[in-house]
Amino acid sequence: MDAKELIARRVALELKDGDVVNLGIGTPTLVANYIPKGIDVTIQSENGIMGLGPKPPEGEEDPDLINAGGGYVTIETGGSTFDSAMSFGIIRGGHVDMTVLGALQVAQNGDLANWKVPGKMVPGMGGAMDLVTGAKRVCIAMTHTQKGAPKILKSCTLPLTAVGKVTDIVTDMAYMIVTPSGLVLRELAPGVTVEDVQAATEAAFVVPDDVKVMAV
Amino acid sequence: MRNKIISMEEAVGLIKDNMTVMVGGFLGCGGPNAILEEMAKNGTKDLTVIANDTAFPEVGLGKLIVSKQIKHMICSHIGTNKETGRQMNAGETKVTLQPQGTLAGQIRAGGVGTGGFLTPTGVGTEVEKGKNKLVMDGVEYLLETPLKAKVALIHAWKVDKKGNAVYRRTSRNFNPIMAMAAETVICEAEQVVEVGEIDPDYVMTPAIFIDYIVDLGGTN
Repeated sequence: MDAKELIARRVALELKDGDVVNLGIGTPTLVANYIPKGIDVTIQSENGIMGLGPKPPEGEEDPDLINAGGGYVTIETGGSTFDSAMSFGIIRGGHVDMTVLGALQVAQNGDLANWKVPGKMVPGMGGAMDLVTGAKRVCIAMTHTQKGAPKILKSCTLPLTAVGKVTDIVTDMAYMIVTPSGLVLRELAPGVTVEDVQAATEAAFVVPDDVKVMAV
Repeated sequence: MRNKIISMEEAVGLIKDNMTVMVGGFLGCGGPNAILEEMAKNGTKDLTVIANDTAFPEVGLGKLIVSKQIKHMICSHIGTNKETGRQMNAGETKVTLQPQGTLAGQIRAGGVGTGGFLTPTGVGTEVEKGKNKLVMDGVEYLLETPLKAKVALIHAWKVDKKGNAVYRRTSRNFNPIMAMAAETVICEAEQVVEVGEIDPDYVMTPAIFIDYIVDLGGTN
C-alpha cells in the first residue's frame, strides 16, 4: 500500500454515518474510495454540489459538472446543486462535519499553513480558509515530512490559513489529534515506531500508553 | 416587454476600458466564455475584474489575463493559470486574493443592500490586514465590505425572453449573486425560450436582474 492510500484509508475510518464531508484536491479526494461499508456519507464540493459522485465513465463527461479542482464528476442520486453563496453558507455555517485537506505545515496548537509560499507559490486560498474555519472537524491528510523536513512544527513559518482549527492529522507515519493541551499521538502506521515519529516531528506530542497501530 | 436580446457585438460594445466587471464561472465552468472570447479579440483594456478564479490560460477569463486586458484581478484562486501568477510577481497586474466564501459574501452583500458582512474566515491570517475586526458573543469577525460592478457577465443554461434564468449543474456558482450586484447584467444563454416556458418555481435568477441576453443559439 502506498503512502497516499494508507492516509486515505485511515482518514476514511474517521467518517461516521450521516456525515457531510468536503474532500480537498489530491490525497483527500482518494478518501471517497475507502468510506466504510454500511455508512452513509454525503460529499460536498464547494463549487456547488451536495452528493458528489465518482468520476464519470470515459465519454460521459458533462462540461457543466465539475469538482472544485476542475475534474469531471457525477452527482449521486438525491444530490443537489447550488450557487457559491449557498455553498459557503453551508461551509461557514457549520453544516460540514469534516473537511479533509492537505497541508504545507501544521503547528502543535492546530494552526495550519497550506496556501502560500511567499515568492514561490501563491495559488490563492480558494475555499480553504472558509472550510477550515467552518467545518466541525478539520482533518489534515499529508505526508509526515517534506523530503525529510518536518511539517508538524512548534509554530508555522508560512502564512497561515487559519489559527488553531486543525483537529486531526493523518500522515504516512501516524495519526495525531490536536487537544487543548497539545498534540497527542493516537496511532502509528504499520512498521513505524514512536522514535521514528519523534525524529520526523518538530512539535512536541504526548505519547499515551495505549498507542495503537493503524487498522487500515 | 422590452427586447433584451442583443448581438454579441452589441454586448461586447457595452464593456469599456477601465470598467469594473464581474465574471461568473468556476475554472471556466459556467463562465460567459463566448463573450470573453470576443472581448479577447476586441482588446478592451485596463479592466478591474471580480471573479472566483482566472481559469486556464486558454479558457474563458484566462484569455483576458494572457492578453493583458486586466489591470486589477480580485479573486480567490489563480493556481490554474500560471500567467496570472507571473504577471502578479512581475508587478504587471494587481491581484487581490480573498477567501472564496468571503468573495461570495461580498458579492452577495453588494447585491442585497447590506453594508458588508462579518466572517470569522481569515481571522489571524494576512487576510485580516487593513480590515475592521469586531467581537460578537466572544467570537472575532472581519468586516468584509460589499463588492459591486458596472457590468456583470454571466452564463445561463436556459433563459426566457424576459430574462428569467436557469443554470445547469455546477455552472451556477457565482452567476446568480453577480446578477444582483452589477448595474448592467449581460447574460449569455445556451438557449433562449419563450416567456412562460420556464415554470416560476424553477427560475433561479428572476428576470428583473438580467438587462441583456446574448443568444448562443442552442436548442432543446
